[in-house]
Amino acid sequence: MKINEIFYFMKNRLINNISLTSLLLTLFFIFLISCTSKDMDVKKVDSHEGTEDIVEVKKVSTIDEYAVDPPPFTDGIFPCNDCHGYQDPNPVRRDLVEWHDDISFKHDSENRWCLDCHDIKQRDSLRLANGKLLDFKESYKLCGQCHGEKYRDWKVGVHGKRTGEWNGKKHYLLCVSCHNPHTPKFKKLKPDPAPMKQEDIKLVKKSENIESNEK
Amino acid sequence: MKNDNKRRSFLKNISLATFSTLALSGCNMKEIDEFLQGNFRELTPEEKDEIVKNLAEKYKKRYGKEFTVSDEPAMVGVLFGYALDISRCIGCRKCVTACVKENNQSRDPQIQWIQVLEMEKERGVDLHHSNINYDHEKVPEKGHFYFPVQCQQCRNPQCVTVCPAKATWQEKDGIVVVDYNWCIGCRYCMAACPYGARHFNWGEPTIPTEEINTDVHYLGNRPRQKGVVEKCTFCVQRVRKGKYPSCVEICPVGARKFGNLLDPESEVRYILDNKRVLVLKQELNTQPKFYYYFG
Repeated sequence: MKINEIFYFMKNRLINNISLTSLLLTLFFIFLISCTSKDMDVKKVDSHEGTEDIVEVKKVSTIDEYAVDPPPFTDGIFPCNDCHGYQDPNPVRRDLVEWHDDISFKHDSENRWCLDCHDIKQRDSLRLANGKLLDFKESYKLCGQCHGEKYRDWKVGVHGKRTGEWNGKKHYLLCVSCHNPHTPKFKKLKPDPAPMKQEDIKLVKKSENIESNEK
Repeated sequence: MKNDNKRRSFLKNISLATFSTLALSGCNMKEIDEFLQGNFRELTPEEKDEIVKNLAEKYKKRYGKEFTVSDEPAMVGVLFGYALDISRCIGCRKCVTACVKENNQSRDPQIQWIQVLEMEKERGVDLHHSNINYDHEKVPEKGHFYFPVQCQQCRNPQCVTVCPAKATWQEKDGIVVVDYNWCIGCRYCMAACPYGARHFNWGEPTIPTEEINTDVHYLGNRPRQKGVVEKCTFCVQRVRKGKYPSCVEICPVGARKFGNLLDPESEVRYILDNKRVLVLKQELNTQPKFYYYFG
């Protein structure tokens, strides 16, 4: 009888012991694993990963032509010959009142006017200073006559917006996509909203599983 | 006899412990895997694939959308550089908005990787008198210029030096990245960064489900959790596929330029060769790969 009791007691204690030790051991194992892996990293990881072992330099693929957006014509204005084809051209410099009076011209307006860029005979073409005719899709060449530095920068992708791939095909915009050729100064824009002031950023309880956090 | 008992119970205990560890891990294998995950730079490609797969599942459960989680490594022969034309920036903050959307930044509490500073032309580049809270009807405001600041991707990054957990490092293509699974949230890096380019998730980040970008990179724009630091990665998820960062693509004045510094024909190299260039806080010897220039 007594022996039985002792046995019972021992068994109980043993079970308690086992569950407690096993729990401790489990925690110890997890701790051990996470510790050792971090220690290893400190030794192995080299924070100064240089570029010494780089052999081949990735280059921009050569571009033969400029993929540009179509010229931004006002609706229904092109082709010009639809109207101009039936009119006798008037080469006299004057203020336009009957037609195209919506054009505000602020592009060296003292010295220049329509026919410096638009051809008097071929209305659907632009005209370089030397008389060479130019398609509207190549208007950048016309701009480049005066703005040589900007034209150089534009060709290599430094002036103006580029989209596409840094190491491949790029999409160009024509000068006139951003600058109205008649009033080239870049238009002011409405800015996106200002960031919240730091003192206004509050941490609020969002759901029941997320505790509220007071900073 | 007594000693024998001890040894026996020890052996019993240890077998039980092993068994219970296994049983415990069996009930939530993935969480334990994530907890025991090694440093990202030491993982084998198979281990990375597994992690990336599990993350995609986790995000699908959380946001109800299919995610493409990538672990694309750095391209060989590439060192990324960035150039920003301060004579052209008009301060419209379109880059900030595009960056927030592309990189799944928390809307509340608000986190923005790009800060656009408004400066007075009379003072020049003067950080003390700059203003990020400008709120004009139209920009640019007369007599002011704009100076966007984001991670400068230093060649000598102090944030990396101070990180006690090795949770942030510079990749071979020069991008300084953070492993959000390893970040312990101590914010040492934020104290070390002289550009204020690192941001801490003080609360659980919130992103509207319809606006979430599901094309993510492990080291970049994947959804973060509370208690970790994040920063600009030059849109690692985009640039390693050859695309421009989203701030470059959105900029309406084309003030932002990006490319490979090792390629003499790249746009950034042209700028370094032909324009007047400055780096922010040059005296600190952080050696940024983010250049400001006058176009």
